[in-house]
Amino acid sequence: MIELLNIERVFLVGDEEVHALRQISFDVATGEYVAIMGSSGSGKSTLLNILGLLDRPDSGVYQLDSQRVSELDEDHLAEVRRHQIGFVFQFFHLIPRLTAFENVELPLTLAGVAPSLRKQKVTDALAAFGLRDRARHRPAQLSGGQRQRVAIARATIMEPKIILADEPTGNLDSSSGSEVINILEELNRLGITVIMVTHDHAIGARASRIIRMADGRIESDSRHR
Amino acid sequence: MRLNDFFLITFLSVREQPLRSFLTALGIAVGISAVVLLTSLGEGLHRFVLSEFTQFGTNLIAINPGKKSTLGVSGAVISNVRPLSIDDADALSMLPGVIKSQPVIQGNAAVEAGKRQRRTTVFGVGSDTPEVWQLSVAAGHFLPNDPPRNARPYAVLGSRLRKELFKQEPFLGKRLRIGGEVYRVIGGMESKGQMLGFDLDDAVYLPIAKAMSMFNRESLMEIDLLYDKDHSAESITIAASKMLKKRHGSEDFTITTQEQMLETLGSVLNILTIAVGALGGISLVVGGVGIFTIMTIAVNERRAEIGLLCALGASRQLVRLLFLGEAITLSLLGGLAGLILGVGCALGLALLVPALPIHTSWGFVAAAELIAVLVGLGAGVLPANNAASLPPVEALRAE
Repeated sequence: MIELLNIERVFLVGDEEVHALRQISFDVATGEYVAIMGSSGSGKSTLLNILGLLDRPDSGVYQLDSQRVSELDEDHLAEVRRHQIGFVFQFFHLIPRLTAFENVELPLTLAGVAPSLRKQKVTDALAAFGLRDRARHRPAQLSGGQRQRVAIARATIMEPKIILADEPTGNLDSSSGSEVINILEELNRLGITVIMVTHDHAIGARASRIIRMADGRIESDSRHR
Repeated sequence: MRLNDFFLITFLSVREQPLRSFLTALGIAVGISAVVLLTSLGEGLHRFVLSEFTQFGTNLIAINPGKKSTLGVSGAVISNVRPLSIDDADALSMLPGVIKSQPVIQGNAAVEAGKRQRRTTVFGVGSDTPEVWQLSVAAGHFLPNDPPRNARPYAVLGSRLRKELFKQEPFLGKRLRIGGEVYRVIGGMESKGQMLGFDLDDAVYLPIAKAMSMFNRESLMEIDLLYDKDHSAESITIAASKMLKKRHGSEDFTITTQEQMLETLGSVLNILTIAVGALGGISLVVGGVGIFTIMTIAVNERRAEIGLLCALGASRQLVRLLFLGEAITLSLLGGLAGLILGVGCALGLALLVPALPIHTSWGFVAAAELIAVLVGLGAGVLPANNAASLPPVEALRAE
């Protein structure tokens, strides 16, 4: 499903070149549950951004579903993101002036889905994530765990094949955090490929595959379970 | 994205910060109301002046002695300008399409009636004046159609002059002394009002030849032709010009049609209206700067949101349109408020000062509203482009 070959990413910091990613190559099969781990500055977030088509590699080939996405233009990238990838962020990134319902609805709205279908899908999704009575609340009126559940509902509303999660528990207490991980694992059991960046060893250990990064390289890539 | 969702989302963004949006839109509102109010005044003035000039009717042509444009040698050459004569006026009345031909001279003289005396305008005219100048007689008759050189000494009074000289007393048949000669009053005119401050009622109408000898003139000051509406001003002009050239030997006269006069006047007045409108436009530009500032701030504040929209699959074009839509919504709302404010002020002013000529032209109103939208568009382009060109990774990092 995902094939990376010799991905390089270089940033200019001042007039110094920083190699965020060096010669990254790996494949991810459909339905895998991958944790990307490493210290800060190891390049794991950059890697996730490239996987999510939010950033472009300076060289190398990225194939998603046998499509060379590293060569697509902006509009096509937006389309691939819209339909294939769901994002979950550390800081939730909910729009404060929209209700939980409207936040979950946003991807459908952007994609131009008819209002009646939108209403039905969002209602179902909110119910599935235990947020039925929070539909009319704004993000500021929700707890951290609830916010992240709204964000996950939003990430899955377009029925993507991949969920990319960047430190999804980084801003949550441990019980809300494990609740969120449970949801992600449930989604993985339903066949969605989950790739998660995390610091937390306990959470990383629950994944079926751990990619450890250091200095922009893959240090180890281990499967278990 | 669906169009109504688009409008809803931009509207929600505008509503999110009511005070800020209100103040931003206020800038545009003030600009638009200034444009509407000032153009209403300009257009009112325009109409007022035009109506002053068309109160004599529009199918009128004036002929004055002397050629307007200068040709050939001038200076120590004996003037060969032949004066316009009563005979010229008579001849012109024979032209096809010409209904009446009216000789005119105008001067100023003292009019005495009993013990009262008043200096007033004297019009030396023919018998067809009421028809040609669209005047009406209130009492008695207008001047009879006497042979021009043998006219009886009759006078017709303008309404103001009549009031000044005779108050409410009967005046028909009374004697007047004008410029040393005695005239008998045979009629009084209805009030015609003023034309650009010139009181048309403070006047006396005398037979043309009598007036000419009173002012010691041998020629006319003007000949007015009233023509049939079925004929064009142009064809009458050409025919009259041909005839006068034949009679005078050269083109030593100037023909002015009402249309030409209105055209010149109209273009001057249009410039006036546009000039005052542009004055209001300056405040509109200031309003545009306000929108630009607020949109720039909004783009900076909502960087994370822009990143999110990208991550959710919004194209750059859509991000650009969303911010542009917001800028236009602000200017549109401001424009509508300004429109109501401006029209309201114009109506209020018209009620308070009825003498002020005010006319709100919906063309200008529509143009002002269009300009408001364009100002919003112009002010929004740069911030919207900034939003669209933000790298999503950078944008998402801002939280």
